[in-house]
Amino acid sequence: MKTLTKIMAVSALSLGLAAPALAQDDPTQVGFIYVGSIGDLGWTYEHDRARLAVEEHFGDAVETSYVENVPEGADAERVLTQMALSGADLIFTTSFGYMDPTNAVAERFPNVRFEHATGYRRDHPNVSTYSARFYEGRAVMGHIAGHMTESNIVGYIASFPIPEVIRGINSAFIHAREVNPDVEFRIVWAYTWFDPAVEADAAQALIDQGADVIMQHTDSTAPMTVLAEAGAIGFGQASDMYQFAPAPRVSAIIDDWAPYYIARTQAVMDGTWESTDTWDGIGPGMVGIGEMTDAIPEEVRASAQAMVEAIAAGDYHPFTGPLNRQDGSAWLAEGEVADDGTLAGMNFYVEGITGDVPN
Amino acid sequence: MGIDPVTLIVALITVSTPVLLAAIGELVVEKTGVLNLGVEGMMITGAVMGFVVAVNTGSPTLGFLAGMASGMALSLIFGVLTQMLLSNQVATGLALTLFGLGLSALLGVGYPGSTPPPVSDPFPAAMAEIPVIGPILFGHSLIIYLSVLLVAAVWYVLGYTKVGLIIRAVGENHDAAHALGYKVIRIRLMAIMFGGACAGLGGAFLSVVRVQNWVDGMTAGAGWIALALVVFASWKPWRALLGAYLFGGVTALQLRLQAAGINIPVEILAMSPYVITIIVLVIMSSDKSRTALNAPAALGKVFHATG
Repeated sequence: MKTLTKIMAVSALSLGLAAPALAQDDPTQVGFIYVGSIGDLGWTYEHDRARLAVEEHFGDAVETSYVENVPEGADAERVLTQMALSGADLIFTTSFGYMDPTNAVAERFPNVRFEHATGYRRDHPNVSTYSARFYEGRAVMGHIAGHMTESNIVGYIASFPIPEVIRGINSAFIHAREVNPDVEFRIVWAYTWFDPAVEADAAQALIDQGADVIMQHTDSTAPMTVLAEAGAIGFGQASDMYQFAPAPRVSAIIDDWAPYYIARTQAVMDGTWESTDTWDGIGPGMVGIGEMTDAIPEEVRASAQAMVEAIAAGDYHPFTGPLNRQDGSAWLAEGEVADDGTLAGMNFYVEGITGDVPN
Repeated sequence: MGIDPVTLIVALITVSTPVLLAAIGELVVEKTGVLNLGVEGMMITGAVMGFVVAVNTGSPTLGFLAGMASGMALSLIFGVLTQMLLSNQVATGLALTLFGLGLSALLGVGYPGSTPPPVSDPFPAAMAEIPVIGPILFGHSLIIYLSVLLVAAVWYVLGYTKVGLIIRAVGENHDAAHALGYKVIRIRLMAIMFGGACAGLGGAFLSVVRVQNWVDGMTAGAGWIALALVVFASWKPWRALLGAYLFGGVTALQLRLQAAGINIPVEILAMSPYVITIIVLVIMSSDKSRTALNAPAALGKVFHATG
């Protein structure tokens, strides 16, 4: 038994050592780590669809691998190290909480390229960051929510108090208020990206508090099931969630990572890969708006569609002044547009939202 | 901006039921002197099997039965190892939890995102529409009523029947029970299987009714809470019900306080059930005689029939 283990260890070692030498002829290895399960039908599902698109696009020239349900923290570092050791050329780390592990592992493997989603740290020349301007989609959903609510209470299931989530809340609120001055947002922090039990409980709590439209910034479809039972409406998050259409899912924010993943894999193959910071929205197609169903009145669908087109064309920015911060102090003057730096680090609510951002 | 007590109570009952079912099963197991730390593993296996069977057959009832059966099957492994091969109960129980978590992830591949069949409520919808008492008393699925009946049954059997007396005798002093001619190992095996079935049913309720979805690791520590509840309840069935509802109540309440926009530090509320459990454990262990009054004397001890 001992001998067998030894042989296995030695052969594993030699394989590991041989891999970089063979890398020239071998297919490009692309690794992905996911925070949820690929069957979540939300965030991770879309990343995995993009992974499959990479496989389809390059055929035998690329091999992909993935690890799902990787906790954010020390476990992520272990998985990333394992992936780098097993010969990955390019690794996509697809959750905000992988930021520190990604940079730590990148330092030890300078020949492996890392792409971290939704983060901002690029400590090493082999780390890129990328994200989508989800707030553009949130603006459209907020517009629809403001029109659709009858109780004037919109529930919002938030995950963690980080800039991306706060930006989404602000964007949705601004555009809901714009069409409905009486609308109020009730925000529940679930402190998880993916825990169907907690998400379902949070949705129920919001409905019990009178919300009839619910937006979610968590990844599972569990809130949809609750909404269907309660007769409330919501929006697909990260993925289309079309199986819940025409109601409760009346539209959706869809993340489309495939073009980006294909482009970055191509860059690695061509040897042109560089550390970059990408932040694309509706225009380049990284953020898509899911079909608006008949549950939405026709004129609302039309105005929402007009907003989508204006954002895509670059004619309209969802954070356009005049806008005040929650405490009433001025943030953006009339016609002024928020700069990316402020948006990337957003840690305040805009005027009109009640409650505090948790620390 | 207030919180509606009716919907709060309805929510807390749903949230509490998986934990309650697992706790009442474990209570009986511990009453026979066996400590099974594998509750989490049995729950999650019950959750995945219940979900898989419910989705494939279209029958939630078969799903619940499958959840119970799989929990029972897993507990039987524990039973054989600890009762017949005399392995250490703590280590075996922990191993069972790890095994259950891995097994469930394997069995559940391909199932996340499937939709289970709807579970019909036992009472007509009109009854659930009676103000206040309607939603609280008549608006639940059958398993919830079953869980309360189970608590009552366990309370009655343990306290007022010969079977209960035998169970308690085995748990208090297995040598004496053996000397009286009771089959200690057989009785313990049956209790362990009952505990497994309850944990499996709790898991199936979680996946088929409460969340209506399967996700790896979805029990998220509910099995451990059930174990703590048994101690919290000092092995008394009605206190286990109270403890479970208290725990569920705090969970449901903190989400509602947030939704109502009431400014409280949610972290403190979220951890309060665990803090209470620790305090109870400290109080109980500080006074040996009080613990001895309630805890089964032979809890966790290995029984080997000599002569």
